[in-house]
Amino acid sequence: MTAPDVDVVVVGGGPAGACAAMVAARAGLDVVLLERGPFPGSKNMYGGVVYPRILDTLIPEWWLEAPVQRWVTRRSTMLLTETQAVTIDFRTEAWGAPPYNGATAYRPDWDHWLAGHAQAAGAQLITDTTVIGLIRDEHGAVVGVRTDRPDGDLRARVVIACDGVNSFLAKEAGLYEHTDAKHYTLGVKETLALPKETIDERFAVRDRHGVDIEIIGATGSVNGGGFLYTNLDTIAVGVVLKLPKLAAQAQRPEAIIAKMKQHPAIAPLVQGGELKEYSAHLIPEAGLTMMPKMVMDGMLVAGDAAALCLAAGIWLEGVNFAMASGMYAGEAAAEAVRGGDVTANGLQGYQRRLSDTFVLKDHRKLHRAPELVLSDRVQHLYPGMVANVVERMFRVDNPEPKPGLRRIVTQERQRAGVRRRDLLRDGWTGFRSFG
Amino acid sequence: MTDRTISFQERMDTAEFRVHPQAHIVVDGAVCADCSTRECVTACPANLFIPTSDGGLVFNYEQCFECGTCYMVCNREGAISWNYPEGGYGVVFRRT
Repeated sequence: MTAPDVDVVVVGGGPAGACAAMVAARAGLDVVLLERGPFPGSKNMYGGVVYPRILDTLIPEWWLEAPVQRWVTRRSTMLLTETQAVTIDFRTEAWGAPPYNGATAYRPDWDHWLAGHAQAAGAQLITDTTVIGLIRDEHGAVVGVRTDRPDGDLRARVVIACDGVNSFLAKEAGLYEHTDAKHYTLGVKETLALPKETIDERFAVRDRHGVDIEIIGATGSVNGGGFLYTNLDTIAVGVVLKLPKLAAQAQRPEAIIAKMKQHPAIAPLVQGGELKEYSAHLIPEAGLTMMPKMVMDGMLVAGDAAALCLAAGIWLEGVNFAMASGMYAGEAAAEAVRGGDVTANGLQGYQRRLSDTFVLKDHRKLHRAPELVLSDRVQHLYPGMVANVVERMFRVDNPEPKPGLRRIVTQERQRAGVRRRDLLRDGWTGFRSFG
Repeated sequence: MTDRTISFQERMDTAEFRVHPQAHIVVDGAVCADCSTRECVTACPANLFIPTSDGGLVFNYEQCFECGTCYMVCNREGAISWNYPEGGYGVVFRRT
């Protein structure tokens, strides 16, 4: 048997990989962090908000140095029809001061910064290197990775696969039972330049405060959602689109963004923004339904590679799940290497940590939410029904007296073609998962 | 400030691509020839799959986001061989 070159190889320099490498290196292990792009974060793109509190223990007072664009102090959820908008808008000064809540940031900045902490802890970062496969021993245990460099085999006691949503390593190892396009959404986004003062005025924020807007009903016949976030002097506007629905119709992704940008409630917010960057990425959307096995002999899987992304409508989180799972993978790898047992059994500390923390607790609690949010009723029937109810509540039809709310709801439910029992069932599912 | 309609090529040129001389994704035109649904044509965010007038399909790999949408939506076994570009090549995001 060939001796390992290092204790741990982490594949992928995103937030999961950076945290895994940081933690393993701090535990005294010999760690290599591989990144296929020219710098960590160069392949990465997301909807736009990081929730970094998981870093409190890894990087105390991370907010003093993190490359943040704006702190999210205002969150809106919009339901749109062609001509209407119902918005729930929340703002708090509390999220504009330490320890903060959500932050907008560019992933090339954020991931690069985090990987710097892994390097500072002693991990060796190797960029411009694509991993092309696993090295396994005669029993099937993972004992290293093959890279596209000359003599590029790298043997390790533990491999931590943080290779993103397409995770060819988890698939090669057979950790995904099957993959199904219906569990993925495509995120496409435009970064639009606007002067900071214009953004402050349009979104009614100041200083480094910013806005996060989630939008339902803006993606036409394709199930999905829209988003709009403020950076310092750009805004990010885009959509996430359920893959099979996108593929089954004729409208292209950029055309769906263009249509959303023309909506009367959105157009004034984005007007005049000059396109600085167009981008796209897949999102593992189905939570527990799609998650692979994350522990095997010699290997752990973290972040998007393990489908640890929470797409539950009003909660849209991924980077925090990546950072946390990476951190726990690093801890478990260190435990296993020190204990001299890097089999699945020796690495079980990873599974236990995931189960005992928000990483899997949130997913279990919200396991019905992703499907509900992308369901045809929530996507295509409820926005119009809700908007019509609100419109009639506030419409003054004198000399007609005001109608009762119950009657309006019943009439609009029937007009939308929603059966009472479906509405009740969806309400109950929503209440159970969100409550 | 006025909103100007930009061409798709201008849109793609806002992102940086370090193009490797060799394609990382290979499309087998023979498999695609009798595909009538062509999910990739609509879904690829970079619009890299272009139908030709003779019923064929042209694929350009140069401005690929490496997202994986095409192989995920494709219903034809063996039509798309999908790999990441060689290390250091491909898309380089900046403000995403």
